[in-house]
Amino acid sequence: MIWVSVVIQGVLLGAVYALFACGLSLMFGVMRIINLAHGDLAVIGAYLVWVVADRAHVSPFVALVAVLPVMLIAGYALHVALIGRSLRGGPLTPLLTTFGLGIVIQNALQEVFSPDVRSLGAAAGPIATWSWRISDALAISWLGIVILAVAVVVLGGLELFLRWTAPGREMRATAQDPDAAELVGIDARAVYARATAIAIATSGLAGAFLAIRSTFEPGSGPTQLIFGFEAVVIGGFGSLWGTLLGGIVLGVAQTIGGHLDPQWALLAGHLVFLAVLASPRGRTLAARTVQP
Amino acid sequence: MTLLAVDGLEARHGLLPAVRGVSLALREGERLALVGANGAGKTTLLRAIAGAHPVATGTVRLDGADVTAAPAHRRVALGIALVPEGRRLFPDMTVLDNLRVAARHGRPGPWSVDAVLDAFPLLRPLRHRRAAALSGGEQQATAIGRALMTNPRVLLLDEVSLGLAPQAVDAVYASLARLPAGATVILVEQDLGRGLAFADRVICLLEGRAVLDAPAASVTREQVTEAYFGLGGLAAAGAEGAQGTR
Repeated sequence: MIWVSVVIQGVLLGAVYALFACGLSLMFGVMRIINLAHGDLAVIGAYLVWVVADRAHVSPFVALVAVLPVMLIAGYALHVALIGRSLRGGPLTPLLTTFGLGIVIQNALQEVFSPDVRSLGAAAGPIATWSWRISDALAISWLGIVILAVAVVVLGGLELFLRWTAPGREMRATAQDPDAAELVGIDARAVYARATAIAIATSGLAGAFLAIRSTFEPGSGPTQLIFGFEAVVIGGFGSLWGTLLGGIVLGVAQTIGGHLDPQWALLAGHLVFLAVLASPRGRTLAARTVQP
Repeated sequence: MTLLAVDGLEARHGLLPAVRGVSLALREGERLALVGANGAGKTTLLRAIAGAHPVATGTVRLDGADVTAAPAHRRVALGIALVPEGRRLFPDMTVLDNLRVAARHGRPGPWSVDAVLDAFPLLRPLRHRRAAALSGGEQQATAIGRALMTNPRVLLLDEVSLGLAPQAVDAVYASLARLPAGATVILVEQDLGRGLAFADRVICLLEGRAVLDAPAASVTREQVTEAYFGLGGLAAAGAEGAQGTR
């Protein structure tokens, strides 16, 4: 039963990684760029939820409803002001731009909020601590189930949006050939901005759940970026169902590693990531990433 | 009535001029064949009209409105659609999705998915197949259908027979023959015979300049060939004739 528990905890942990990875996967799938500020943007989402919950004396879940549209608009503006411009400079420019943006965000958050570690767990109420006890060796947390359900709805919803709606079809067309998309009347730059907006909103969602589930501080972003990036690579860049699966594989690898030896938790996840990267699929991915 | 007017258009690849001061006027319902050797500037001219290549100098007017500064997606909404060289379909999308994606930002008009599938019957059984899995001729039919889905006022066709087997070329031209009589088309074609048979008028480009502009019915294959290769006086005479027709 203990191994069942380890795997289930891994699946629930993986759902958090999948949420972090969702925006990364979408931005790479549509624009072929890796947003190195993704984790820091998620931390901004966590701070915004913290501010709204603290000032308005509401649950973080209620605050999240107010923060998500803000993140959506901020994402669109960020693309128009920065990322869209950097795309014109070749494949390396967006990497450098978002790397610099991440540093700016970390320092700005430290300046405004101090380096103190915070958590929204207490403000979230009993849902953050309740669990469903199945046996002495197996308990499933309610929050974990909520995060898994949200991850399935968000990633699945985005997959359905891309496959079955007219704006989603436009996004897929632009991802495959932006010049040809222009020739059928699609404003490729506007599509890119919409993709960035959705990606940043999902990063805010992931940041809020991180803050409820655990702790956060201004420098939390890069660690989450690494886990998100690993989930995307394991699941296959640009595939949202794959991203969900990648997050779960990473989470399960970490909990199994951690069960064998607490020091192996992160190492096990990194080893799975490196194994995928060294596989033929990983080499294909590397070749796609360096394409202009 | 002039539908499309190009005046003194110049376009470059870097510093290299590809189109040098080309002017042309196209009446509603007219079919123009644009011929010339490789590197003559045909594709660049077509892409500049569609907004897919920057114009250095000169103007493009559609129904009197200056669209020179409009981006490609805006020109589609105004009624200029390009079927690009190499088809440029969305390879991972089905034929149906390739058609549907073009319908959203085009003009209202008679072309719909059913109308395109009627015009290109070979596509009907293939409509759920990925574009990448189609043959060259099927891809070309899809590309033309995709452009028609925007209900264009001017249809620009770039090298529709390039790389296709003769049977596929026949099928594509048979489909083009089914276009409505009033369709306004510019066709870039290296096959002189097919270009002259399809068009009402022919313009020959040589090193970025229009050196012949004549009615397709009256110009001989020899005249076009001489202009095509820039063989002296006849080409010059053709150019003078071209000036006179504008």
